[in-house]
Amino acid sequence: MNDRPSESPDNTESPANDGGADQSRISADDVAKVANLSRLTLDADELELFTHQLADILDHARDIESLDLDGVEPMARPLPLVNVFRADEPGEPLDRAEVLAAAPSVENDQFRVPPSLGER
Amino acid sequence: MTSKPGTYPTAIDIAVSVRSGERTASEVLEDHLARIGSSDAEIHAFNHVMVDEARSTAEAVDSAVEAGENPGPLAGVPVALKDNMCTRAVPTTCSSRILEGWKPPYDATVVQRLGVAGAVVIGKTNMDEFAMGSSTENSAFGPTRNPRDTSRVPGGSSGGSAAAVAAGFVPISLGSDTGGSIRQPAALCGVVGVKPTYGAVSRLGLIAFASSLDQIGPFANTVADAAVLLEVIAGHDPGDSTSIDEPFAELSPHLDDGVVGTRIGLITEMMGEGIDADVAARTREAADALEAAGATVEEVSIPAVTYGLSAYYLVAPAEASSNLARYDGVRYGNRVEGNTTDEMMFATRTQGFGDEVKRRIMLGAYALSAGYYDAFYGKALKVRTLIRADFQVAYEKFDVLLSPTSPSTAFPFGDKTSDPMAMYLNDVCTIPTNLAGHPAISVPFGAGDDGLPIGVQVLAPPRGEQQMFTTAAVLESAAPGDAE
Repeated sequence: MNDRPSESPDNTESPANDGGADQSRISADDVAKVANLSRLTLDADELELFTHQLADILDHARDIESLDLDGVEPMARPLPLVNVFRADEPGEPLDRAEVLAAAPSVENDQFRVPPSLGER
Repeated sequence: MTSKPGTYPTAIDIAVSVRSGERTASEVLEDHLARIGSSDAEIHAFNHVMVDEARSTAEAVDSAVEAGENPGPLAGVPVALKDNMCTRAVPTTCSSRILEGWKPPYDATVVQRLGVAGAVVIGKTNMDEFAMGSSTENSAFGPTRNPRDTSRVPGGSSGGSAAAVAAGFVPISLGSDTGGSIRQPAALCGVVGVKPTYGAVSRLGLIAFASSLDQIGPFANTVADAAVLLEVIAGHDPGDSTSIDEPFAELSPHLDDGVVGTRIGLITEMMGEGIDADVAARTREAADALEAAGATVEEVSIPAVTYGLSAYYLVAPAEASSNLARYDGVRYGNRVEGNTTDEMMFATRTQGFGDEVKRRIMLGAYALSAGYYDAFYGKALKVRTLIRADFQVAYEKFDVLLSPTSPSTAFPFGDKTSDPMAMYLNDVCTIPTNLAGHPAISVPFGAGDDGLPIGVQVLAPPRGEQQMFTTAAVLESAAPGDAE
């Protein structure tokens, strides 16, 4: 049904390793790594469940690996990015007290956080 | 409980009666508050009902009418907002623990425009957490029930806004649609739902999920009400750099234009495998009805849409993983304390986000990570180009396209919660429009074998809302009764 350059016949012997990525299923180590990048802590059961579920989702997405997309421009957004200029006129800023009131912890009109350097 | 839809006054009827002084906005509001009070304990469409704020807004509208002023096209009309639209000093949660209790310091642009139009914002509706889901079961505050059958989901992620309209709590509401989150719940609840052209409605104050896909749009019981609401909220906003800097189409004057000579394409890829037989049958009947009204209908193949789901579940999580990095317990929202900033951020995010949000953040981080970017995210962006190009080819031959909105009618609670992939398949017909940035509308068209509503989707090229609404109006008048 698909008459676009979908399956590339000259590449059929090697569906894997065309993008430099490991084509095996996502592993528990991979999931632990992205969880850490995402600042999420997973217990052992969650790690197993999420690994299984993410692998299923990525397996479904493998149908696009067979497409020959050479020369196709990526589309990151529906509209082209253009610089939007305006006159440099002062507007009404957000109310400082209202913004700070929504923060979990505030000191001297600033957001307060626990130590970010030093001992861990 | 299964119930037939009640007949409630439309937004247009309410605005006319309030402007003429026949009814006051306050009376209208109290009617709707009473319905919410008697039924929302069961439906749970709302996270938060703004009783005091709504009463003062209604009084202001009534004072304007008394003073001989015109309060606007939505004078005294109660409106519900999905709980991902910022309302100043009113809780805005995205149905997430991480934002529970947060009160934004400003109103979203759509909220400001509703105010200018004389609308009365009545409350914030339940949703899948951060708009990630297709059943509203991912809300941290419990699911919403489908007013047409309370043992079933209302769809999602804007399930609360769809249910609020279907239950008669409000005549109109706003949702957001990233992959079908307005159209699919509209179909499952038997109401009209619209995803406008990307950039037609300002996203300023809409809490971001996937910024290149998100778009705010209306729910209503009638196509005409949806048109009025969209006309109010659409149009250029200097506060959103992706907002289209052109006047938005006039919709209401063209609803009765008819479809004589309109060229309509029925999308082949959305009529076969994976689509329930009763849904496909109603969609064919909708095509026949349009033909009987003077349109020409032909099947059209849009090959690349079959890759839409795969592309979407790489692009949307990638954008979400970036957008949701802001929930770090520092500037707003809830914090779980820790000895270091890092410990605090881990604890805050681990306890603040639900499983589906965690899944998508991790999936997105993976798709964007070194070594996988080209294979996943990069390829998905190229598939977007193919989908848009295939739509463009179709729109050279057709004015609008037709498909089912959702592959099935409303499903029972718990049916798909353990299998994310099964849940994602709900959006197979709606996702391609978001990837392309195009508009689409779901219109109720009869019922399934189970007596539950079925929605038919009309798709249009970018900024093609006028003909899309005209076609939808014809479908609405031709639709068989449902829930019989």
